[in-house]
Amino acid sequence: MPATTPVADARRFTRTPFVLRKERTERVARAIFFCMAAAMILPLVAIVTYLVARAAPSLNLEFLLDIPRHGMTEGGIWPAFVGTLYLVGFSLAVAAPLGVLAAIYLNEYARDTWFTRIVNLAVINLAGVPSIVHALFGLGAFVYAARFGYSILSASLTLAIMTLPVIIASTREALASVPMAFREACWNVGATRLQTIRAIVLPNSISGILTGVILQVSRAAGETAPIMFTGAVFYKAVSRGDLFAYGLDEQCMALSMHLYTLSTQVPNVRESMPYATAVILLGSVLLVNATAIVLRVWLRNRKRW
Amino acid sequence: MTANPPPGQPPRPRRSVQARLGETLLEAVIRLAGVSAILFVLGIFFFIFREAAPVLTHEKFKLGQFLGSIEWYPTSAQNVRYGTLALTVGTFSVTALAMVLAVPFGLGAAVFISEFCGPKLKETLKIVIELLAAIPSVVWGFIGLTVMSRVIVRYTDADVGVNLLNGGIILALMSVPIIVSIGEDALKAVPDSYREAGLALGATRWQLVWRVLLPAAKNGLLAAVLLGVGRAVGETMAVLMATGHAVQIPHGILDSVRTLTANIAAELGEAPAGSPHYRVLFLTGVLLFSITFVVNLAADLVVRGIKQK
Repeated sequence: MPATTPVADARRFTRTPFVLRKERTERVARAIFFCMAAAMILPLVAIVTYLVARAAPSLNLEFLLDIPRHGMTEGGIWPAFVGTLYLVGFSLAVAAPLGVLAAIYLNEYARDTWFTRIVNLAVINLAGVPSIVHALFGLGAFVYAARFGYSILSASLTLAIMTLPVIIASTREALASVPMAFREACWNVGATRLQTIRAIVLPNSISGILTGVILQVSRAAGETAPIMFTGAVFYKAVSRGDLFAYGLDEQCMALSMHLYTLSTQVPNVRESMPYATAVILLGSVLLVNATAIVLRVWLRNRKRW
Repeated sequence: MTANPPPGQPPRPRRSVQARLGETLLEAVIRLAGVSAILFVLGIFFFIFREAAPVLTHEKFKLGQFLGSIEWYPTSAQNVRYGTLALTVGTFSVTALAMVLAVPFGLGAAVFISEFCGPKLKETLKIVIELLAAIPSVVWGFIGLTVMSRVIVRYTDADVGVNLLNGGIILALMSVPIIVSIGEDALKAVPDSYREAGLALGATRWQLVWRVLLPAAKNGLLAAVLLGVGRAVGETMAVLMATGHAVQIPHGILDSVRTLTANIAAELGEAPAGSPHYRVLFLTGVLLFSITFVVNLAADLVVRGIKQK
């Protein structure tokens, strides 16, 4: 609202040196803050452009559908792509219901007691655990203690625990945005707590819950450290374009892991291949996030209260 | 119990036993899911510590050496040393450099988004920040390894491009989004009456930010910085790929370093399960878990302090 600032008002009167100085500082400050905001965006644009330019020779459907050949120096990324789909699918199949239920407990049932405060603290803490520590936990608990071995099961359970706190947090926010009056109206016609949740709270917050879950799809797809020691492997032979390549108890390749190995472990890779892998990983992640953002904006505009 | 209704009135409708039983059951499941977060945090600590514990009594291992020595020779045949000091210093030097770069830019951008720009631009910038936060760490690592290292070799006299500076820049880019979004929340939480009072006195936006908003929001901004630190300390793949791989105390920003996280990621695959080396890596995990626990707890206490006010 530049028209109503005192600076603009002051122009109608004589501008003293003090006002002039004030205006100058204001312009400088605005420019500096603008540059700081721009400094965040420019590297992003520059880097993405550079990656896409370097990846261009390998960016085609054949690269996506083909399997790695000649000691991973040629061919495509299909096994890694399918592996990531599996890992994300199974981890969310565990984390989404658990996270939503936990959020329902925290928002709809829990009273403000010391116990609830400890649960909240645990959620916050779980969200801050470094990904490599999740990897150690997955290795100790799922691979060895539970005897799941190095498998998709171990890796996706590890990913599930990593994404859980964020799903809890976003679901709670969605549940909390349903006005209290809605619940009260429902209780007053004799519904129980659970009936109220099913009939009123969930339908009115499902969009927010979904957005939070979708955002975790991209997070799970991008993580490398937690799956590196629990189920993702360097190379696994599957047939070209096979969508049902893996079993739950098998190890798999994953896009993020594949990018790491291609760029650090494999000698003489065709130059554009790691770039193309990075672009496909980045592209899928950003696409999923953009979908979530569009969904959120669309639903917010439709909201009736 | 009012099982028998007064004569002349129909009996009060009741739900079937199954419906009521189902509801009780479902509520039990919800309660169980609610406490699962506690179980997982305890589980993480338990399972990591269980793998690490046997090494504490191992003859070659000394706790003082683990925390205070810079000698890390885990696979040496005669002269085994498990000192993690160089790794800890590596972690903190990369984090410190990242924060020196990220905090001014992050808070500056938060101020710009919150106070200086119109609603349209604000929406756009917030979406960009969200996308920036979504970039996977392995992609950041790849950018450090390929793009940033070339830039560093060209413009400085460093021999290799993967070093402390590279890791610091990459980590700064990674932690800026969290600092911006939490910092912006903190500024938004300052009541509008503060702004109105300032403007009514004839203050410019800059004077308002500097004299009123920053002091009023300082706790929230501190929490933003702490969460950025937490993210930088725990980051694995990006520093693994971008900081080079020398276990040493860095003497300048062009030296290669290795961090606690990168060390685990790099060596866990080679350490045979159950060996002292493997267990020491788990102990490093316990150390890391403790550091991030303290940082996150501090951030939470700061945020809680604001809410109570």
